[in-house]
Amino acid sequence: MNVEVKQPVRVHNSRVGLVDCDIHPKITVDQLRPFLSNHWWGYLQTYGLRPRHGFVKGYPFPKMTPQAARRDAWPPTGGLPASDLDFMRAQHLDHYGIDHGIMNPLSPTGQGDQNPEFSAALTTAANECQLEHWTRREPRLRSSIVVPYENAEASRAEIRRRASNREFAQVFLLSRTSEALGRRRYWPIYEAAVEAGLPVGIHVFGYSGNPMTNTGWPSFYVEEMTEHATSSQALVTSLIMEGVFERYRDLKIVLIESGFAWLPALGWRLDKHWKRLREEVPHLTKAPSEYIREHFWVSTQPMEESEQPEHVVDVMRWIGFDRILFASDYPHWDFDDPVLALPPSLNEEQRRKIYSDNARALYRLG
Amino acid sequence: MSAELRAIDCDVHPTVPDLKALLPYVDPFWRDQVEERGIPSLESISYPPNAPITARPDWRSKNGQAAVDVTQLSGQVFDRWRTSLAICNCLYGVQLVFSEDMARAFTRALNDWIVKQWLDRDPRLRASIVVPMQNIEYAVDEIERCAQDRRFVQILVLAMQETPLGRRHYWPVYAAAERHGLPIGIHAGSNYRNPVTSLGWPSYYIEDYASQSQGFQSQVASLICEGVFAKYPGLKVVLIESGVTWLPGFLWRFSKFWRGLRTEVPWVDRSPAEIVRDHIRLTVQPLDAPTASGDVERAIDHLRSDDILLFASDFPHWQFDGDDTMPAGIPAALHRKILVDNPLATYHRLSGATHTDGCRLFE
Repeated sequence: MNVEVKQPVRVHNSRVGLVDCDIHPKITVDQLRPFLSNHWWGYLQTYGLRPRHGFVKGYPFPKMTPQAARRDAWPPTGGLPASDLDFMRAQHLDHYGIDHGIMNPLSPTGQGDQNPEFSAALTTAANECQLEHWTRREPRLRSSIVVPYENAEASRAEIRRRASNREFAQVFLLSRTSEALGRRRYWPIYEAAVEAGLPVGIHVFGYSGNPMTNTGWPSFYVEEMTEHATSSQALVTSLIMEGVFERYRDLKIVLIESGFAWLPALGWRLDKHWKRLREEVPHLTKAPSEYIREHFWVSTQPMEESEQPEHVVDVMRWIGFDRILFASDYPHWDFDDPVLALPPSLNEEQRRKIYSDNARALYRLG
Repeated sequence: MSAELRAIDCDVHPTVPDLKALLPYVDPFWRDQVEERGIPSLESISYPPNAPITARPDWRSKNGQAAVDVTQLSGQVFDRWRTSLAICNCLYGVQLVFSEDMARAFTRALNDWIVKQWLDRDPRLRASIVVPMQNIEYAVDEIERCAQDRRFVQILVLAMQETPLGRRHYWPVYAAAERHGLPIGIHAGSNYRNPVTSLGWPSYYIEDYASQSQGFQSQVASLICEGVFAKYPGLKVVLIESGVTWLPGFLWRFSKFWRGLRTEVPWVDRSPAEIVRDHIRLTVQPLDAPTASGDVERAIDHLRSDDILLFASDFPHWQFDGDDTMPAGIPAALHRKILVDNPLATYHRLSGATHTDGCRLFE
């Protein structure tokens, strides 16, 4: 949303060495083809993607722009937004002086598909595509290991397959899973991530198959976008209450594009009621907010904007400036401009942590 | 709490001791049904009877129940805490029933039971009208029937419904609410038509209770996006037992997306944050608050409104110990508004009633 009209004429002198933790390269169906067997290629042609919603094409809640993209992100060479590396370099990486970008590919990567074997085949192909078309050609970029999360065994195998390749920076899940992510069925994913020394990035979107709110289906895209925060609250609660962090003490979770202003209040809520109800979850050894403080990172975009600017800074302080990662969400319509997105009152050290240091340490970027 | 202020308690919970208590208020058909089908109870799993949160240990009687009669509730709320008025929000699970006919019968019975067993026995008590949202015609009928009694000051619905509360099939309820000057009270709870999270059914009760605040967020988004407040500008909504501190962060996100996506909902012609300040109130217990009192004050400041919080003890739910009914850390300068002024401004029927009943709000 923070796209400046006269942006192209502005000069950027990055002082901190930016790391952008949420870039969405567009992987196309044609790019997937060489990495799919004849069977799965035929399956894709015949049945298409079935990610637990009703439409053959498009989305349950139509986006407000084609591909949910910035109007200016369509490459002059044709093709979809963020499908052309040269144009992405010019418009984004070079323009802002970005040192490193973490790529988080979305549809058609097959995550959350109803057919678990098909999902496994597509995600493997999507990972090959990231290497072939992106990271091998652009050293500033890192891939995320896209996994078929509803099929935890296949996910674990995919993580193990990629673990030694430093082109991959994290394991990548979507937030709307068929069950909350703390449930035991997903634990093989965390086991493999910890084994590989990789954080688990949970990016909003996907379709759980459940109504999008706990009071049923909303009507509007603006509600879908707002409700990513509630789904994220449920998954954070689940990860803590199921005892995931007691079992996997080195597990690091990155919440991507879910916003962050809700996180301290969720911690206070869980702490307050855990004091009364802790006998139900005896496997917890500390207050829920302590698990949040130790195991969670958040990305900035879409940067919350409080009516009084200092209020969002309070929230950043409550979360911890060492846990916040800058993200732009390029090329989507609600893109945050690296120059303009953060509250102006942050000091130099806080900015350096958010723009650079935190991500470098978390993702081992150096 | 300053000694001279006598609070208005906007959330106390009379407990239906068992289903038999309602049988005098249903017709013989339903009395027979309960007997012949062996219907044990309609208590909701939102508050398992023996769960710590459902009743504070020192308020439970020998059989474990609390607030089953007016003597105990009045003794605690009016005598011990010197509250002037209290609003009864009965959470018995009539909203969960699937048969619309059964829901209508037992909702009527519940409201009649509240009148006879509570309102008629203590003039300081008020109540919310429990409505069968399973059928909107029946819900409106029940509002019309009960609204004649001025001791009913609000319409009570649960935070998790079959569909979000902004959806237009609900609007006759809001028309009736506006017509009678009754706020819509949305209380924590679910009718369990949907999983209690958007990611399915969680393993633990603590997740069920924690998820209530997600339901409140979704309801506020829905009421605003669907245009309820544009259609019914006189409507007020009170979020009861919501936890409160989720609101600012939710509004920052929601208002930002509204700025980007407002062409989708053109009837929302100003920021959701402004609409909330004009139309929505929250009861203050429980307050999901940080531990440092300075941070509590910051969190309250994030609400950007001195008018938005209403006092409630949430009796007999176990939200606090001792007699500290007001959550710690709320600035003293706000107490009078929270305890008295804001409830009176929200529930117009309280002011009228206090005059006729001769209750004094200040001593």
